[in-house]
Amino acid sequence: MIWVFRINYMRSIYRTLERSVLADVGLTCVAVFFIGLSYGAIAVASGFPLWVPAALSVLVLAGASEFLFVGIVATGGSPIAAALAGLLVNSRHLPYGLALPPGVTGRRWARLLGTHVMNDESVVFALAQPDLPRKRAAYWACGLGVLACWPGGAVLGGLIGSAVHDTNAFGLDAMFPAVILALIVKDLRDARTLRAALAGAAVALVATPFLPAGLPVLLALAALLLLVRAPATKASTSPGNEASTSPGNEGSTSPGQEPAATQVRTAP
Amino acid sequence: MKDSALVVAGMATLSAGTYAFRLSGQLMRARITFPPRAAKLLEAAAVIMLAALVATTALTEGHGFSGFARPAGVLVAGVLAWRKAPFIVVVLAAAVVTALLRILGGS
Repeated sequence: MIWVFRINYMRSIYRTLERSVLADVGLTCVAVFFIGLSYGAIAVASGFPLWVPAALSVLVLAGASEFLFVGIVATGGSPIAAALAGLLVNSRHLPYGLALPPGVTGRRWARLLGTHVMNDESVVFALAQPDLPRKRAAYWACGLGVLACWPGGAVLGGLIGSAVHDTNAFGLDAMFPAVILALIVKDLRDARTLRAALAGAAVALVATPFLPAGLPVLLALAALLLLVRAPATKASTSPGNEASTSPGNEGSTSPGQEPAATQVRTAP
Repeated sequence: MKDSALVVAGMATLSAGTYAFRLSGQLMRARITFPPRAAKLLEAAAVIMLAALVATTALTEGHGFSGFARPAGVLVAGVLAWRKAPFIVVVLAAAVVTALLRILGGS
C-alpha cells in the first residue's frame, strides 16, 4: 500500500520539481550522508554496537537528538534521561507540523511515512517552494533522500569506524547551517520577518549556555510577538494587510496559497 | 553498553515521542481552520526557529562557543545566499571556508 503511494509520489516529484531543486536536494542529502558517517563512527567508537546507531537513524531520523542520546548514554547517563533530552531537541517538530500547509505530508497511508520524514531539511525545502504541489514534491524528495542517506551514512560510518571520526576537518559541520540559511534567505528579505528571525536567533544564542539543548530554539518563538503586534493596530483599517506583510517575496507566501491548499485537500 | 534493555527502552521512547511530535502539529493544523494571517504566522514561526537553529549550530557547540571557523564559513554562505548565488556554491563555500580557516590554524 505504502509502496504504491511512494512510487506515485516519486513519479510526481520528478514531474513537479525543477531540476535545480532536485540538485539542491541531492547536495543536501550528500551532506546528510557525510554527517551520518561521523555519527555512526562516533557511536561505535563510544562503545555502542552497530545496531544502536543503525536503529536510531531509521526510527528517530533526527540527527541532533541521536547525537545527544548517544553522547549522554556513552558518558554514563541514564538512557531514559537521554531519551527525554532527545525529545526536548525534537519538540520543534510540533510547530513544524503546524507550519506545513495540510496535504504536504500526504494523505492516508502515505502520511504515516510522510510524517516520519519530517525534519529540518524537508520542512525548509517545502517552505521554500511557491505552491502546494511543489511544496509537497520538495518535501518528499528531501524527506525520502534523508531517509536513505542518514541511516546509510550511519551504518557505513559505524563499519569503517574511526577513519571518518573527524568530519569537522572538512568543514562539514558548517554545511547544515548553510543549507538551512540558503533556504530561508528568501523569507528573510521581508524586513519584518528578518527582524523577528534575528531577534529569535539572539534569544536562542543568549539562552544556549544556560538551558538544555532544544529549549533555546523553542524560546526563539518569543520573537513571533514582533510579528503579531505590529499589524494588529492596522488590522481594522486595512483588510488586505496580510498580503502587504511580504512585498517582493517572490510569491512564496502569496495570498493565493490557501485556496490552492483547500483545492488539493478535497481532491480524490 | 551497560544495560541493553534500558537502552532499548530509551531508544523506543525517543522514537515514539519524536513521531508523536511530528504527528501532533499536523493534526492540530488539520482540526483548526486558521485565517490566512494566522497561517502566515505559523510559517513565520518555522522560519524563526530555523534561523535560531542556524545561529545556534553555527556559533555554539554544546553550551559554549564553537570557535571562529564555522561561523565564519556560515557567514560567507549567508552573504552569498543573500546575493543569490547558486545553492551548491553557498553550501560548499561554507565547508571550504571553514576547512581552510581550520587548516590556517584557527579553531
